[in-house]
Amino acid sequence: MVSTEHERWGMITPAPPEERDDLDPWWDRFPWWAVMLGSIIVLFGYYTFFVESYNDAWHFIKPGIQVTVRITLWAFLISMIIGLIVGFGRVSRNPILRNLSRTYVEFIRGVPTLPMLFFIAFVIVPTVAPWFGLTNKDITKEWRGIAGLALVYGGYIAEVVRGGIQSVEHGQMEAGRSLGLSYGLTMRSVVLPQAIRNVLPPLANDFIAMLKDSSLLSLLAINEITQLSKLYVNTSFRPRETYVVLTFTYIVMVVALSLVLHRFERWMSRDKVGAR
Amino acid sequence: MTIISLTGIHKWFGDSVHALRGIDLDVAAGEVVVIIGPSGSGKSTVLRCMNMLEKPTTGSVFFDGMTLTDKGTDINFARTEMGMVFQSFNLFPHLSVGQNITLAQRKVRGRSKAEARSMTERQLARVGIPEKIDAYPRQLSGGQQQRVAIARSLAMEPKVMLFDEPTSALDPEMIKEVLDVMLHLASEGMTMVVVTHEMGFARAAADRVVFVDEGMIVEQGDPDEVFDNPKNDRTRDFFDKIL
Repeated sequence: MVSTEHERWGMITPAPPEERDDLDPWWDRFPWWAVMLGSIIVLFGYYTFFVESYNDAWHFIKPGIQVTVRITLWAFLISMIIGLIVGFGRVSRNPILRNLSRTYVEFIRGVPTLPMLFFIAFVIVPTVAPWFGLTNKDITKEWRGIAGLALVYGGYIAEVVRGGIQSVEHGQMEAGRSLGLSYGLTMRSVVLPQAIRNVLPPLANDFIAMLKDSSLLSLLAINEITQLSKLYVNTSFRPRETYVVLTFTYIVMVVALSLVLHRFERWMSRDKVGAR
Repeated sequence: MTIISLTGIHKWFGDSVHALRGIDLDVAAGEVVVIIGPSGSGKSTVLRCMNMLEKPTTGSVFFDGMTLTDKGTDINFARTEMGMVFQSFNLFPHLSVGQNITLAQRKVRGRSKAEARSMTERQLARVGIPEKIDAYPRQLSGGQQQRVAIARSLAMEPKVMLFDEPTSALDPEMIKEVLDVMLHLASEGMTMVVVTHEMGFARAAADRVVFVDEGMIVEQGDPDEVFDNPKNDRTRDFFDKIL
């Protein structure tokens, strides 16, 4: 008498991976890159914390970390708000909103990031500030930089939002509408919940790209880590030590942020019933 | 009593495609009308004009005392009275089967949680898969998904059901389970307009077969009459190709 499904159908359970010859060998599948990247980080970390000339540079740069983080967080928050508004404008049925949004996006995308940051900091901000009863001097360099990053990334995130909405099949909208749901209700209950999942990976990319691009604000003389590094090199004449420490600082921040965002993404896409 | 009436419908897509060229079609309450025709003939467009998913370029659509082509008509209300089933099911993949069926009942019909839930259970039983209420669409076969889509429409208690090639995306072994549900609906007296290539279904369930070609109604009548004794050359030609 046969007892299990496997025996009944003459099946065998797969052997453990090391005994299987239809798989690539373990050394082919092993993530060597992670080991090597980790080694580089550990090596740079060793220099940064345990070699005195490097450690001096670290102490000079360290206060800039909170500036970099602060700039990135504010700029990302604001660019998300801009991106959502403009992104919805891009897919709006209202031609005025649609055209205004398109103008914004194409203008931002038509200029490289660095000149755009200068343009925002030195043209847009001084022009707009008086409308809110502020003088040019009321707005700090740091906030000009944040405004620059936020406006630039707002344009990119708007495209991500538009792509997310448009990636949801048109049949979903039709199904909602044919059940008598209004356009807005279908958007909210049917299209957007699906769009959010599609949008998370590219948003995470933009968040990381923004952390890296915050270094451009050194050219606005904002005391984030890249600017502090340049200052330290100018006085200490130790470019090697300084830029090893700066590189170490960035890669630790970027890797940490990627890991956090990856976890968040998994948590957001979690399903009550297994993988998709 | 006529419940749907299309009069003088023309539909242009852009400036070059004249998809419908003067469609006049009345559907009586309780009637089962099957629309057939070659692909690209405009048969799906006729159906989609009935609930205004496609706006006719000219002509009028009347439904249950409302003129849907009038700007002032509450199209959302009209659509709650007119269920639609799509070729590609269009279930909401982020919602469970139960939530799929409950959503519009709650938000449009304004039913309480308990009312909606019991209606959902009833309709799932009607299409033969009550045990799937907590499953997600991707866990179901195509045939089951389409039956959920039918239940989702039925839960609104519509006066008319529109079917747009409901079995065309299904694997052969799943077509029958969907057609059986539709046959059952027809026998209960539901008003149905069905675009399909299933001639067996048309013969068994239709009160009237409408043959559409090149955006016009070429021939219509009793199914046995149209199938066995087509009067129009184009109808005959179509049957020669498919039967």
